[in-house]
Amino acid sequence: MASPPLAMGFADPARDAQRVFKALMSALARPGRKQRLAARLSPPPPLTPELAAVALTLLDFETAVWLDAPLAGAPAVSDFLRFHAAPRIIAAPHDADFALISDAARMPPFEVFAQGTPDYPDRATTLLVQVAKLATGALRLEGPGIAGRVGVSAAPLPDDFPARIAANAAGFPLGIDLFLIAPDAVVGLPRSVRLAEGN
Amino acid sequence: MTSAEDPVQRRKALMQVLARADQAELEAAIDRFTPLPPLREPRPAETGLVMVRGRIGGDGAPFNLGEATVTRAAVQLNDVTGVSYLLGRAPERARAAAILDALWQDPAAQPVVEEALAPVRRRLAEAAAEAAAKVEATRVNFFTMARGED
Amino acid sequence: MYVAVKGGETAIRNAHALLAEARRGDPAVPEIGIDQIREQLALAVDRVMAEGSLFDRDLAALALKQARGDTIEAIFLLRALRTTLPRFGAALPVDTATMTLRRRISATFKDLPGGQLLGPTFDYTHRLLDPALATQTPAAPAPAAKATPKVSAKAASKAAGKAAPKPPMGETSTPAAPVPRVTDLLGDEKLIEPAPADTGAEPPDLTRTPLAFPADRATRLQNLARGDEGFLLALGYSTQRGYARTHPFVGEIRIGEVEVELFVEELGFAVPLGAVSVTECQMVNQFHGTAEAPPQFTRGYGLVFGQSERKAMSMALVDRAMRWEELGETLSAPAQDAEFVLSHSDNVQSTGFVEHLKLPHYVDFQAELGLVRLMRGAHAAASDALQDGDPE
Repeated sequence: MASPPLAMGFADPARDAQRVFKALMSALARPGRKQRLAARLSPPPPLTPELAAVALTLLDFETAVWLDAPLAGAPAVSDFLRFHAAPRIIAAPHDADFALISDAARMPPFEVFAQGTPDYPDRATTLLVQVAKLATGALRLEGPGIAGRVGVSAAPLPDDFPARIAANAAGFPLGIDLFLIAPDAVVGLPRSVRLAEGN
Repeated sequence: MTSAEDPVQRRKALMQVLARADQAELEAAIDRFTPLPPLREPRPAETGLVMVRGRIGGDGAPFNLGEATVTRAAVQLNDVTGVSYLLGRAPERARAAAILDALWQDPAAQPVVEEALAPVRRRLAEAAAEAAAKVEATRVNFFTMARGED
Repeated sequence: MYVAVKGGETAIRNAHALLAEARRGDPAVPEIGIDQIREQLALAVDRVMAEGSLFDRDLAALALKQARGDTIEAIFLLRALRTTLPRFGAALPVDTATMTLRRRISATFKDLPGGQLLGPTFDYTHRLLDPALATQTPAAPAPAAKATPKVSAKAASKAAGKAAPKPPMGETSTPAAPVPRVTDLLGDEKLIEPAPADTGAEPPDLTRTPLAFPADRATRLQNLARGDEGFLLALGYSTQRGYARTHPFVGEIRIGEVEVELFVEELGFAVPLGAVSVTECQMVNQFHGTAEAPPQFTRGYGLVFGQSERKAMSMALVDRAMRWEELGETLSAPAQDAEFVLSHSDNVQSTGFVEHLKLPHYVDFQAELGLVRLMRGAHAAASDALQDGDPE
C-alpha cells in the first residue's frame, strides 16, 4: 500500500487559511487590485502553491469542486485535495461550487458553470484560475469597489476574455465570480465588475 | 470473526481497537518498532466534529442527532500513509494510532502490530464481558403462578 | 432626557472574580475534579451533551463545573464551543439494533426476543434518601451473571425479518447478536406502520439551515433531540392528559453504546470512530385508520445522547403528536403545533431571549415613562373636565 509522499497541507491550518481568506475577501472588495498571496505549499503539479492554498482555504466536505482537464488528469491532485479538504470532486461543471482551472487559456465558457438563481444568486460557481502573470494593464474595469477605473492584465487568458467579462456582468445578479491566481498575488473579478468604455 | 481475506475489514477491525486504546497502550505497541523510520506528518493531529446520525424509527430515513468531537491525524512512514479518526479530543492518541495504522500496512510488521495490540483487545473484551454479565444479572425472569383447577 | 452611559468595566471584572470565588465555594472543601463529575454525575453530563448537541463527556463535565452546576449555562458553553471547531463530515446513521445494551425494556410484550434487562435504573427504588451515600462507603460490586444467554442470531434475524446479521468486526465489539426491535415484531404482521424509507437524500441540518415551516420529520427530530428536557416532558405529559391524546405504549426503550462510523474520502471506506451512548424509545400508538389505511399502530420515535429515558420518551410522545396532519388527525393542542413546539424547545434560544430583558433598557424605558406621564396628564385633564362639567 505504499504511496508517493503526500504533500503537506497548511503548517498552521487556522492561521494560514485565515491569511488566504483575508486576501480573497480583499480581492472581492477591491476588484482588479492585486492582493498579496504567499503560499508555502508544495502541491502535486500542475496545481500551483497559490491555487493549492486557495483550494485548501475554500474547499471542505460540503463543497463540490470541478477540475479542468490537466488537474483532473493528475490523480495526485485529486488525492491531495481529498486528503486535505475532502471536497466532492464532480464531473459536471454546472453543479460545482468551485472550479479549479490550471489551463487558463483553454478555460471553458462561463455559461457551463452554475450561474445562481434569482432567489439564490450565491448558488453560482466561483472560478479559481491560475495564471502565470498578473499586472496592471490594458483591461479597464469599473464597478462597485473600484474608485474610477482599474486596469488589469493577466496571462495566459483566452482571447475573448474581455467579452466574457462583459457578458458575465450583463447577467447580474446572476453570473460567476472569478479569481485570477498568480505566483505571488490574487485578483478578484466578481460578477459586479464591468468593462469600462474604451476597451 | 472477521473475514481474513478482506483487507478493508481487517483494517477497520484494527482501527476499531486503536480508537479504544489508551495512550499508554498505543505507545507500548509503538515501542516495539523503535527506532521508528523517519516520520512525516502530512496532516498533524487536529480536533473537529462529526455529525452523528440516527434513523427515524431506528431503521428509517436518517436524521441528525448531534455532533461528537473527533480527532484525526495522518502520518507517513516509509511512504506508507497511516490515518486515524477517533472520538474525543486526543491529539497524542490520534497521532499514535496513525503511526500504528501505517506500521500495520507493512505485511512484515503487521503480525507484530497485531501481537502488540492483543492485550488491548483482551482488556476491551474482558471489560465488555464484565459489563454484559452485570447487565445480564438484571434480566427479568417472569414466572406465572397456576391458579384454580387445571 | 437621554444621557449616554459608559462604564462598568471594573464592576464586571470584579463580578467575574467574585463568580470564580463563589464557584469554588469553601476552600476548605477539596475542589471537585472533571473526572469526578464525569463519573459520578453522569446523568447531568449526559443531559448537557444531549441538549448541547455535542457528545464529549469531558467537555460536558468541564462545562458543568464552570457553570456551577447550572445545566442550561453548561449547555450554552458547549454550543458556543462547537462553533469554533471544523466539521469533518457526517457519520453513517448509527444502527441501534446492534447496540451494546445497558438496559432494554418493553411495556408491550413480556417475553420478547432478547428479554427485559433492567440495567442501572431508578425504577423500583423507594426514593428514600440514602444516608450511606453521605459518607464515603465503598459500594459493593454489582453481581454478574455467570452465563450470558444470547438471542440466537438466527432467531433474531427471523424476528427482525432481515437477512442474517453480519458478524461483528473485531473481538472488541460485543459478541451478542443484534436484538430485534419490538417494532420489527409488529411490523412482520403489518400491525404497525413502517418507518419512513431511506431515500438516500441528505437529511436537513438545523445547524446549517435555519428552522423553517413546515418542518419535515427529520428536522423535527433533530430539534427535539437537542430540545429542553423539561419543555418536552411537559408537552409529552400534556398529550397524556388529553391535549391530543395518542394512546401511547412504550414498545421499547433501549440504552447502550452504538458504534459510529465515518466514511473517509481519502480512504474510501467507513472508519469506526468508537462508540457513543444513546437512549432510544419506540412509542407505539393507537390509530383507527382512514378510508385508505387500515387500522394499525403508529409510531413516535425518540433518540438522545447518553442515558435519558425521560427525554427519549417525551421526545417520542411529541414526535407522534406533531404527526397529526400526516395521520389525518385534527389540530387541537400545543404539542401538535410544530411551529410552537420547535420554536420554543431550544433552551439556549429561550434563555437568551428571556435573560436579555435584564440588560440595560434605559432608553426604551425612558420613552415608556414619558408616554405614561403624558397619558396620565391627559387622563387627569379629562376627569377634571368631567368634574367641572358636573351639574351638581
